[in-house]
Amino acid sequence: MNAPAREPATEGPGGDVARTIVSLRAINKVFSNGTVALKDMSLDIGKGQFVSLLGPSGCGKSTVLRLIAGLGDPSSGTIHWPMAKRDGSGHEDHEIGFVFQEPTLMPWATVYKNVWLPLRLKGLSKSAAREEVMNALEMVGLEGFADAYPRELSGGMKMRVSIARALVTRPKLLLMDEPFAALDEITRFKLNNDLLHLWESFGWTVIFVTHSVFESVYLSNRIVVMAARPGRVVADMAIDAPYPREDEFRTSTPYNDYCRMASNALHDAMSATAEA
Amino acid sequence: MTAIETPPKPAVLDEDAPLPAEPGRLGEKALRIAIPALMMLLLVLVWAWYVAANDVPHYIMPSPLRVAQAMIEDWHILFPALLVTLKITFTALALALVGGVALAVLLIQSRWIELALYPYAVILQVTPIVAIAPLILIYAPSTQVALLICAWIVAFFPILSNTAQGLKSVDHNLLNLFELYGANRWQTLFHLRLPAALPYFLTGLRIGGGLALIAAVVAEFAAGSAGAGSGLAFRLLESQFRLNIPRLFAALILLSVTGILIFFATSFLSHLLLHKWHESALKREN
Repeated sequence: MNAPAREPATEGPGGDVARTIVSLRAINKVFSNGTVALKDMSLDIGKGQFVSLLGPSGCGKSTVLRLIAGLGDPSSGTIHWPMAKRDGSGHEDHEIGFVFQEPTLMPWATVYKNVWLPLRLKGLSKSAAREEVMNALEMVGLEGFADAYPRELSGGMKMRVSIARALVTRPKLLLMDEPFAALDEITRFKLNNDLLHLWESFGWTVIFVTHSVFESVYLSNRIVVMAARPGRVVADMAIDAPYPREDEFRTSTPYNDYCRMASNALHDAMSATAEA
Repeated sequence: MTAIETPPKPAVLDEDAPLPAEPGRLGEKALRIAIPALMMLLLVLVWAWYVAANDVPHYIMPSPLRVAQAMIEDWHILFPALLVTLKITFTALALALVGGVALAVLLIQSRWIELALYPYAVILQVTPIVAIAPLILIYAPSTQVALLICAWIVAFFPILSNTAQGLKSVDHNLLNLFELYGANRWQTLFHLRLPAALPYFLTGLRIGGGLALIAAVVAEFAAGSAGAGSGLAFRLLESQFRLNIPRLFAALILLSVTGILIFFATSFLSHLLLHKWHESALKREN
């Protein structure tokens, strides 16, 4: 699929606008029970962007993420990967990492084996994968817990393992589906900071689904606000505050202004839903 | 490579990995063995006292001493019979294990296969084994094979239904994850479905193990097999006919002990495989 070069005007703000990593065109998704999850959704994600999909529950933000991940197909519309490499058999390798809302670890396997899983499925032996697995565990600060079982870890640590597992394949695009929603605020702030540091040093593209205005403004350089029934994009805003962002940013004036902006957009999205 | 400021001792805020459990208190462990043992001793004493005090004739209820005596004196009769029963039980259980798991794996491959096969597994299970036994005796090449088939039918269903349930009860997000990373059917089966089904399978095995022994005995009753090469069930009936009640008790005790050992063996296996990760094998501490 050689997508024709598009006008950069369709790109959202922030990031490297000249290079689109994934491009959604006129996506519709209707579930078998008739629910219209997404209606005519178009979205371009630029390389290196940290994009938050913000919206009320039922707005289809998780559905977008799953479609991008290749879990399920859109009812109509296309998803292009202009920069994707092809593997030997001609399949596109989208180089994705996915972090679910729950840690989604295999309880019978140690932390090491959980992180090894994506490489194992690609045929890498336990010893051949050692360096990659330990690197990924080091990134999330869990190198000392390789032999622990998930049940021995706290909620925040399980989430770190889940992130390490997503990073072990060195993905170009990290998809995160409300990964910190179930954590307490202190842990969430800490993981927010760690995630930003990793993003800054590795330069992946991140699509981050959240229903928290504050989290989306803190993390991302672009917020896509969605409305529900049917799921669609209602606002696309840039957060131009410079990185690195630290805890001081949470109390700064620009942060407050952006939060108000995003909050208003979300409010509009919800009243649009109520009218629909 | 560390990009985040990780303290040498990993993170402070979201750490509360439990400490290793304190070494088991010896006193409690000893009591766990001592109390059932004392209870057993007490029951045997009451039994002995009752028989002696009421002068109960030994062909109605023998004293524990007579039973022990029968166990020793008739060991040359009882032991071969025990071996026969054990052989049927464990062969049936082993076949049930292989057949149950294989059929469970087959059933989850497609909805159609499940619709086609599962009803027959249920029919086999709900029809009383004593009722099918005469038919099986006619078709089977030998009594031993007939007994084996009966025991297998009974032991196999709990393993099948539990394993199938376990194979289907896999976390959907984990299934998505496997799909995402391009896992094929076999990888998903071996790395995800089978480990996830393990606790269910072990429950099935524990039930199936007990049932295999029961079925081996019941089938032998139904078959009415006799003479050399017969199992403990035949020796039970024979002792009853001859009013050799001490030997009947001895045979009964052998069956009970076998059942208990099977229960402990399967429970131990379960503990061995699950104690590191599964909720059922974890100690709750509040």
